[in-house]
Amino acid sequence: MNDGNIKRGHQIYWLFVIPFIAVLFAPLFNYKEPSLGGIPFFYWYQLAWIPVSVFITYFIYRREG
Amino acid sequence: MAASIFVILFAGTIAVGFLSARWKQTSLASLSEWSLAGRSIGPWISWFLVGGDLYTAYTFIAIPALLFSAGALGFYAIPYTIVCYPLLFLILPKLWQVAQKHGYVTGPEYVRGRFGNRWLALAIGITGIVATMPYIALQLVGTQVIFGALGFTFGWNLPIVISFLLLAGFSCFAGLRASALISIIKGVLIFATVLVAIVVIPMHLGGYAGFFAKVDPSKLLLPAATAANWGQFSAYGTLALGSAIALFLYPHALTGLLSAASANVIKRNAMTLPAFTLLLGFVALLGFMALAAGVAHDPAFAEGFRQYGASFAVPAIIMASFPSWFVGVAFAAIAIGALVPASIMAIGSANIIVRDVWTMFAPWRSEASEATAAKVFAALMVVAGLLFMILIPMKDVVNFQLLGGIWISQTFPALALSLFWRRAFTGWGLFVGWLVGVVSGTWMVISLGFAGSVFSVHVFGVTIPSYIALVALVLNIVVSFVLTPFLRTVDKGSDETADADYEQVRHVPSTVPGTPGLRPAL
Repeated sequence: MNDGNIKRGHQIYWLFVIPFIAVLFAPLFNYKEPSLGGIPFFYWYQLAWIPVSVFITYFIYRREG
Repeated sequence: MAASIFVILFAGTIAVGFLSARWKQTSLASLSEWSLAGRSIGPWISWFLVGGDLYTAYTFIAIPALLFSAGALGFYAIPYTIVCYPLLFLILPKLWQVAQKHGYVTGPEYVRGRFGNRWLALAIGITGIVATMPYIALQLVGTQVIFGALGFTFGWNLPIVISFLLLAGFSCFAGLRASALISIIKGVLIFATVLVAIVVIPMHLGGYAGFFAKVDPSKLLLPAATAANWGQFSAYGTLALGSAIALFLYPHALTGLLSAASANVIKRNAMTLPAFTLLLGFVALLGFMALAAGVAHDPAFAEGFRQYGASFAVPAIIMASFPSWFVGVAFAAIAIGALVPASIMAIGSANIIVRDVWTMFAPWRSEASEATAAKVFAALMVVAGLLFMILIPMKDVVNFQLLGGIWISQTFPALALSLFWRRAFTGWGLFVGWLVGVVSGTWMVISLGFAGSVFSVHVFGVTIPSYIALVALVLNIVVSFVLTPFLRTVDKGSDETADADYEQVRHVPSTVPGTPGLRPAL
């Protein structure tokens, strides 16, 4: 019925590409510094992506359709 | 002290498993009631159930063990369990919808309905069962390490044999309801244990900064890659991506998710289950804490490390850091952690046996006889896992599990891609793709002498070490796609599903007053 809306509904899912790149592409985070409370960047960066990716999913969940 | 607390918690949990048949009592004489709890599991219990199902006891032992022995590469489990959730969010609600509409209890059943090709369904089904067998055995291995640490090793592994025979009993008797109730105990115990462990253990080691400083710096990062050889960089990313793709194709994952009360429950799980990933992230760091504490050089643990290798790192650091009573609680959390996935693995495999293998040869006379057969097969799967663990050396079980992961990944086009590209594949094209994936993946593992799961792919003079499952899956998808136009005219498989089955059911009414057109008309 409404092509524009259906298309927009699908485009939102491209946001899922962000966490894939952020945590699968090791050159982005294979560093020791900046460390956080003694935890090397490699570890706290990836742990920090857990809540960030949840937020992205939630954003998509609210907007999809 | 540790032993008695352990026995009380562990035995109590098994008792709950048997009693759970009475929970929300209905007739368990139908397959979907016994194995999917009548597709009635709401968001809260589903979170415990699926979390307890996916984050197995073996994970909690093996991932820290990998950091302990191999260093940073072992942390791939975190990107793995981050990117699996977008996949869950996109794929599983669709599969749930189609399965619910047509009464499918297993993944292969969907494939048969979708492509009208029972040989493809059989191939997917057998892949699932074969991949699950060593996975159940690994849960036993995880429990064995714990039993070993507690000194329960007398008489031919009798304690572990009895525990898993009881597991077979309640899985057979109460089905998924038992797994669901036990998963609540598992969730509470494992979260409590890990929260205490990640606060208390670093206090003995000078805080997080303290134990990271004590770990060999070469273990803290991936070795640098070069332009000509991507080394562990590509291995890390492909291991995480390939494992994430494989995760929801396993029969136990599908069983756990198809039991959800709605597609929306699955979407909410995709946002709440990452709490388990956070937990796993800190559990993984226990491997480094064990290194920093030097438990490997403690004569008290020499025998454990000799027998179980790096897998003993978690039990050792727990025993080195806590009073006896808490050791009992922590070990119970891990051992109960094995019961949940093991029971769902047995149930999921049994479903495939009765729905996709047996029916190839003879139909079931009634719903009740089908359910009874599934119960017997579930018990037999646990017994098979036990035999696997007793007869096959642990190293070979791990190798077999490695192959299982590669094989199960090859069901991705049939089980997942077919939900999105409704006309891109034919049944026989997928079958040939599956065969190419399984054979090439197996060949790559053999060519490495079972020494690992990362194969060096050479592209334009660049060496890209990649997870074998993903390499084989690329070949599989290419073959399936390329064959489609050639097979389209001869492959007469019928599709019993309709386009409408796959369309998204709206979960939130998002009608904004006064702005007509924002809501897509259906």
